[in-house]
Amino acid sequence: MEAPKSRFVQKLHSMFYELYLVYQFVMKFFKEVLLPPYEGKEIMRQCYQVGYRSLALISLTGFITGIVFTKQSRPSLAEFGATSWLPSLVGIALLRTLAPLLTALISAGKVGSSIGAELGSMKVTEQIDAMEVSATNPFKFLVVSRVLATTITIPILTFYTALVGLLGSFVNVAMFEDTSFNGFISSSLESITFLDIIASTIKAILFGFTIGMVGCYQGFNSSKGTEGVGKAANSSVVIGMFLVFIEEVLATQITFLFRT
Amino acid sequence: MHKNNRIEHPEERDKVIIIRDLNKSFGDYHVLKGVNLDLYERENLVVLGKSGTGKSVLIKIISGLLKQDSGTVEVLGKEVSQLNERELQELRIHIGFSFQNSALYDSMTVRENLEFPLVRNRKNLTKKEKDYAVETVLDAVSLGQTINQMPSELSGGQRKRIGIARTLILQPKIMLYDEPTAGLDPITCLEINGLINEVQERYHTSSIIITHDLTCAKQTGDRITMLLDGHFNKVGTFEEVFNTDDERVKSFYEYNFIE
Ligand SMILES: Nc1ncnc2c1ncn2[C@@H]1O[C@H](COP(=O)(O)OP(=O)(O)OP(=O)(O)O)[C@@H](O)[C@H]1O
Ligand SMILES: [Mg+2]
Repeated sequence: MEAPKSRFVQKLHSMFYELYLVYQFVMKFFKEVLLPPYEGKEIMRQCYQVGYRSLALISLTGFITGIVFTKQSRPSLAEFGATSWLPSLVGIALLRTLAPLLTALISAGKVGSSIGAELGSMKVTEQIDAMEVSATNPFKFLVVSRVLATTITIPILTFYTALVGLLGSFVNVAMFEDTSFNGFISSSLESITFLDIIASTIKAILFGFTIGMVGCYQGFNSSKGTEGVGKAANSSVVIGMFLVFIEEVLATQITFLFRT
Repeated sequence: MHKNNRIEHPEERDKVIIIRDLNKSFGDYHVLKGVNLDLYERENLVVLGKSGTGKSVLIKIISGLLKQDSGTVEVLGKEVSQLNERELQELRIHIGFSFQNSALYDSMTVRENLEFPLVRNRKNLTKKEKDYAVETVLDAVSLGQTINQMPSELSGGQRKRIGIARTLILQPKIMLYDEPTAGLDPITCLEINGLINEVQERYHTSSIIITHDLTCAKQTGDRITMLLDGHFNKVGTFEEVFNTDDERVKSFYEYNFIE
């Protein structure tokens, strides 16, 4: 009876210790992000990287989601003779949940993994140590710039996804009803409130921050050896997606409180 | 094949690094056990030792990458473990660290690698001054033609030399070489040894050279010592160190010059 219990305690202990390390890492970010010097050029470069890496996949996914979601929703609405609600249904679904979630999941896969792998291999081959001894703060140069880049870029990508999704939806709508593009857009934006926009923006910022942070933490703390790099990339994606889902659930609960 | 114009009595010069009673453990493994070592101005000090004895750990403590458990490390008159982040950065400008595996930045060209320490630490340089500095160090390691290549396109020996050039660009007072010749063919080793001596003369650096290559030790060292069981017994000339009854030292010698 004694042995398993102590192993359990040990596991619990190491879990809480890990949580403490994560907390320290996040706190270090907030400290370093405020202190000069600011790495403006590096941040811009990383923003470009984040956008560039996920743009193609996001465009495709957003567009197809728009088409498919509209197509699948049509029969249910048609039962009530309410296909005219289609644009506003799609608009709300895209903005509130589909676009932020899709963008975050794709970015976790494309961007999170590449941050994890890149920093992991820099760690393993001592490039991070090399930066430190050449009197550069590697946390600031590598971590702060990447986390800021994902935090800035993923919200922008989210609205882009929503837009592309609407476009896809319009393609489907135009096949069945004759609506003008302007008419479609204005009726899909009709029922979107200011709260929706604010909530989605905050959510996307949170997702971006989480994805960048998880990738950087995994990479920066990658274990020695080449398998450490693979692990860092892999857990960046898994943990990133997991946290994004948890945040989505929480965020939805909170916005509902505001709605009522 | 001893070093030409070896410095005879470096002990008469000023000390740039003073290490006293240095201890470092990882978990249960006591790596460094009471290390004492002095580095004198403008000398090349070779540190020999088997793999895993803590040679890399020693120079990582000197440059503040690792923290000791106890003991003192004074570099250029400053106690490394007592420095805050800014003071440590200022000290590091004077320390060149050549990594065991070169540690070139994969995502940058040779030029960007070399410029990196420069643009980070000397903000108001003109492009011309930067180019001049880059060309000078590239010239010092005779690799001018590689300036626009990526590290992945270089050979092991070239990477080592670019790594050394990158540390030279800030004109450090102290150079720490971690196994500069490991994994290189004998001819390239000779070139690297020559480069280390050239750096000493041209940049007036004081250097610690970590190696298990006795040819490198002979050709570059003004003084030599061996890390055994976590500390140094004897520091002296090549003959002084290897003229001993200690089996561990003798076997190290015999292995290197096996017939
Ligand atoms: N960051 C670390 N965490 C845990 N253990 C470490 C760490 N760095 C080094 N060690 C351990 O300390 C010991 C000495 O390592 P070190 O890299 O200094 O050896 P070395 O003398 O440089 O060997 P080599 O010639 O192979 O490079 C090794 O057993 C290693 O496992
Ligand atoms: Mg080593």
